[in-house]
Amino acid sequence: MAEILKRNKALSVNPLKASQPMGASLAFLGINRAIPMLHGSQGCSAFGKVFFVRHFREPIPLQTTAMDQVSTVMNADENVIEGLKAVAEKSSPALIGLPTTGLSETQGTDIKRLVKDFYSKYPEYAHIPVVPVNTPDYTGCLESGYTLAVKAMLEVLVPRSAQAGRRHKQVNVLAGSFLTPGDIEHVRELIEAFGLRPLVLPDIADSLDGHLSKMDTSPVTLGGTTVSEISAMGDSIATLVLGNSLFDAADVLKERTCVPDYRFDCLMGLDAVDSFVATLVKISGNPVPLKIERQRAQLQDAMVDSHFMLGFARVAIAADPDLLFGFSQLVSEMGCEVVAAVAPARANILQSVCAVQVAIGDLEDLEIAARTRGAQLVISNSHAAETARRLEIPLLRAGFPQYDLIGGYQRLWIGYKGTRQTLFDLANMMVESHHEAEPYVSVYRRDKGNAARAFPRNNVAEAPVF
Amino acid sequence: MQARDIAELLNEPACTHNTKSKSGCARPKPGSTAGGCAFDGAQIALLPIADVAHIVHGPIACAGSSWDNRGTRSSGPTLYRIGMTTDLTEQDVIMGRGEKRLFHAIKQAVNSYSPAAVFVYNTCVPALTGDDISAVCKAASEKCGVPVVPVDCAGFYGTKNLGNRIAGEAMFKYVVGTAEPLPVPLEAQRPGITVHDVNLIGEYNIAGEFWNVLPLFDELGLRILCTLSGDARFHDVQTMHRAETSMVVCAKALLNVARRLQTDYQIPFFEGSFYGVTDTSQAFRDFARLLNDPLLSVRVEAMIAREEAKINQALDPWREKLKGRRVLLYTGGVKSWSIVSALQDLGLEVVATGTSKSTEEDKQRIREIMGDKTKMITDGSPRALLGVVREYQADILIAGGRNMYTALKAKIPFLDINQEREFGYEGYSGMTELARQLALTLQSPVWQAVRRPAPWAKLPAAGIELTGDE
Repeated sequence: MAEILKRNKALSVNPLKASQPMGASLAFLGINRAIPMLHGSQGCSAFGKVFFVRHFREPIPLQTTAMDQVSTVMNADENVIEGLKAVAEKSSPALIGLPTTGLSETQGTDIKRLVKDFYSKYPEYAHIPVVPVNTPDYTGCLESGYTLAVKAMLEVLVPRSAQAGRRHKQVNVLAGSFLTPGDIEHVRELIEAFGLRPLVLPDIADSLDGHLSKMDTSPVTLGGTTVSEISAMGDSIATLVLGNSLFDAADVLKERTCVPDYRFDCLMGLDAVDSFVATLVKISGNPVPLKIERQRAQLQDAMVDSHFMLGFARVAIAADPDLLFGFSQLVSEMGCEVVAAVAPARANILQSVCAVQVAIGDLEDLEIAARTRGAQLVISNSHAAETARRLEIPLLRAGFPQYDLIGGYQRLWIGYKGTRQTLFDLANMMVESHHEAEPYVSVYRRDKGNAARAFPRNNVAEAPVF
Repeated sequence: MQARDIAELLNEPACTHNTKSKSGCARPKPGSTAGGCAFDGAQIALLPIADVAHIVHGPIACAGSSWDNRGTRSSGPTLYRIGMTTDLTEQDVIMGRGEKRLFHAIKQAVNSYSPAAVFVYNTCVPALTGDDISAVCKAASEKCGVPVVPVDCAGFYGTKNLGNRIAGEAMFKYVVGTAEPLPVPLEAQRPGITVHDVNLIGEYNIAGEFWNVLPLFDELGLRILCTLSGDARFHDVQTMHRAETSMVVCAKALLNVARRLQTDYQIPFFEGSFYGVTDTSQAFRDFARLLNDPLLSVRVEAMIAREEAKINQALDPWREKLKGRRVLLYTGGVKSWSIVSALQDLGLEVVATGTSKSTEEDKQRIREIMGDKTKMITDGSPRALLGVVREYQADILIAGGRNMYTALKAKIPFLDINQEREFGYEGYSGMTELARQLALTLQSPVWQAVRRPAPWAKLPAAGIELTGDE
């Protein structure tokens, strides 16, 4: 069981954390024809928008209640109500997500009451569900904000019912924030391979997977879970919960619908995927398709091949809790040692991370621990590129944000298939960063080097224009 | 910050916008607002100062999604790329421990990184809970022996533009005039050349592009005391008051600094741009004019003749490729015309330009440069932009990064000209890079490929078409 080290310094240097409102926005972006509107100053949304645009390389719908000096001091209730009206009127979305921010929480907004006020002032928009959620950025991190939003959606949109199993092929999937669009696509394929129909919440694989479509621009999300699907979650035969962070939200769904659920901390590594596939066998009553058997065998082969490079490798990981746990599990299964583990905020899963200690902190903490303990590679987001450069070790980019890696947003990490590729990449990094030993020259040698050049002389006076 | 202080900042006598209703400074409309807040603006304006520790005082959202986000480059220290925030917690907010945390944060930054100075950016939550950051900065400065500058720029004070001004005001109030420039080194003196000290205000050295121009300043005997703020050092900013003239580069945002240097230190300024051959030459001529040094004028004209001849030759092959291509330019303020001259130099035809953030003077310049035919766009929504692209048959959209995916989703070539871009376009030599990037996207075969329907598309589609514009 890992020891959790509390944050012990005043200044966060090279932050690892992305805020709760960002996490909540991400969850809402997985709903079809939705738009999140942050209740805060316009910067809260502008920064969030740029963050996601750079990560997903997609246009991101994100609005703001645009609190200013006067509304901040006097009362920003009107901003919420008029903001909701403006969004409802202009974009006619299927859902409006309404996360709060540090500013509105500090001011003391009653966001749920404001939604009621909005409906009573503008009854013509009663058909548009608004999901308010309290997500101050001074607590938690992206992952916890995401969970809060999923939970809020379940509370607002799933009616209490006792019809579990009415649609006997429908399986609910609560998808954690550590899953990429590529991951969710693969989860869907696995479930469909067993003759089941997945209902994924939230489904960023449908909205943020990056595809050119006939629709050239839209003020709301294009794709994602539909609101009507969410309200039918009570009819499913089972719920698959992907990510420890979502267990709280799963409790809500189970309590409202009595649909039995199966919970998974992660889906990376042979063991984790095995238990997921076994569950699908159990729910569907069907055998494992040959294709999936083959993928499993391929992973096994890759594990054998790459163990030469990864055995005893010293790995430093900084990520949100679920992802941190998943990677620590995976590399440990390969014989690596996790010498530095950092998460931005507390979570239940942290004590299960395969490391001696887990620090709540930032990339400076990671850098110091990695340097002291001689890490050989880093797994973290794009911000760790500079960290890795200073440490002179390679970086595997994972988590949010990935602004300097084309396609990073959709990479497949999970399942037998994703795990296999991760192992290849980690192994290649170890091979590439292998340092040759320094040459040693005998003191008895007399010719201490000669005038030969190490590089060709540059004869080109001026580089050509091209 | 008091409401009257904000009102004072919104009043910028040197800005042509000032006499009109303050459309650029109007209150944001809930539910339909794009663009950054005052904190965003202040941080952008000052972050390039390379040897300063930039601490964002607030919970994580402000720094967490914005640090290490800009394309500005430094030739020396890289401290500015280290993200720092007090990352306030719930307990800090409830118990009122923000000030204490800030004080320790400043101490920690000074101990760990030995910065030349510390800038503290205030944000919404501590502004609302009432942290006295000026007092903390003062106390921390006395304790640490390093200048600590408060930049009171909570997001809810207003827009990004206001934030720029707050940043300028903070520099003027706390930094400018607090140190003297070092003497010009003897070995750098050349006979017959009087060295003049100048400032550049609003030059951010994106992708290192100012290094295209800097050698020319050296050649002419112009010493740059400070570029506010690309590749600047704290000491540079301290000495700005000793310049003989200032150039405001391509941005109205830091105009207040130039104006106050003029009123308080009698330093004249002019506005100019280093984008395009014509404008670059004009900028150097303006320096010679304001410095009133006939020998300098002679050197400037000789340099211009040489550089223009060289670049024209280098651009000829590109002009062939780019000639007659139609451009829709959508960007803010001064760039709505400054970059037009660069594009015209390359033989492109600018068919429309965005003017939503432009002043009356900017619009006048557009008419002078481009004639009355040119469409001025005020609605920057994706749908409107794409409408104009189709109506005017533009071949390419040139805009900031946030519009990139608007273009790419609609299968239209695109060139990014904002902060985050990776390439430098300034000066004479920057023009070849601009030409190369334009040709690269305009000539790419991918556009053909993605516009072509799939081979099986003759079959009736199963799904519903969302729009019928193709």
